[in-house]
Amino acid sequence: MIRRLLVPLALTCTLFWGVLASPAGAVLPDEQLNDPALEARAREISAGLRCVVCQSENIDGSNAELARDMRIRVRELLVEGKTNDEVLQYMVDRYGDYVLMTPPFKASTYLLWFGPVLILILGGIGVRSYYRGRTKSEAASGGGRGLSPEERRRLDALLVDDDTMNSDGNGDSKA
Amino acid sequence: MDTTETQDGPTPESSDGLPHTHVPQANRRWFYFLPLVVLAVLAVLFTVGLSNDPRILPSELINRPLPEFSLEALPNRGRPLTSEDVKGDVTLINIFGSWCVACLQEHPVLRAIAQEGFVKIHGVDWREKDPRNGLAWLRKHGDPYDRIGLDPDSKLAIDLGVTGAPETFVVDAGGVVRYKHIGPITPQAWAEKLKPLITDLRKGTP
Repeated sequence: MIRRLLVPLALTCTLFWGVLASPAGAVLPDEQLNDPALEARAREISAGLRCVVCQSENIDGSNAELARDMRIRVRELLVEGKTNDEVLQYMVDRYGDYVLMTPPFKASTYLLWFGPVLILILGGIGVRSYYRGRTKSEAASGGGRGLSPEERRRLDALLVDDDTMNSDGNGDSKA
Repeated sequence: MDTTETQDGPTPESSDGLPHTHVPQANRRWFYFLPLVVLAVLAVLFTVGLSNDPRILPSELINRPLPEFSLEALPNRGRPLTSEDVKGDVTLINIFGSWCVACLQEHPVLRAIAQEGFVKIHGVDWREKDPRNGLAWLRKHGDPYDRIGLDPDSKLAIDLGVTGAPETFVVDAGGVVRYKHIGPITPQAWAEKLKPLITDLRKGTP
């Protein structure tokens, strides 16, 4: 019994270890800078740069060779004294906005940034007008304010007919 | 009974009731088609979006001068490659490597272009672990290149915005990048896109 549990347990552990360890696994010791502050900045910048080979991964977590070369370039630029923004701009000049994990905020990306809010507002307006239309039509058909005197009279007349039919003993059958 | 009925029958309320209920119903009928409209819009968006190859990025370098570079030559083969060597006529710069499978697929096309003598092809041997691998690869599969420079740590590749091999840049006589072809050059791409472009660039440059 214990043996049967051991294998899944071991597999789960390896899985979790893999998930937890992978983000730091890509940056090899020989790439790292001696200055911890500069290295921290390099990690931060790398996390914001897309691996152009693997597309959905940042270069800090990617094992692709080009990602490694880009990480090294980021560090070289920092050692040269470039600011974080200058390093990011350096990569954008070469690879375009695509290289940034977070799309920049500018005219061509307004739809991207405001799109979801816009859809929410449009949906809200749609839902509101739908329910408004429904209550209006209900009010118009008389559902909202009960029966008119004439309707009540006709209904009473029908009920009276029904009663007389019941008293005749033919209530079950509908003529 | 009879008298009250004739009085109440033609009241404005009962006749007004009909048009009121009619208008929202017509609106609602339109509403039923909304999901179909949304589906149609999404279908168009997805058809366009999914048929785009996400690997093909527009190059930032188009119509900008080639960055300056000076690459070491492939040992035992020939002259090195610098940014000055590309000027004077339209040239192709091809990024390749002996490790690159798609480059092998492209190779016969490059050899045919070189044999045709229509345009010079310079090679950038990218990320070669050992330069001897590059030389052995060219000995085995043929060598269509004029000059070859080594780029072992992606220095030039990053400057050119290279995302993978092979990639080919069309550089005009003034050293300005005019076009970037991503992936292997097919005979069709050469005949329909690159060759006419080179002809046009030669005509256009003074």
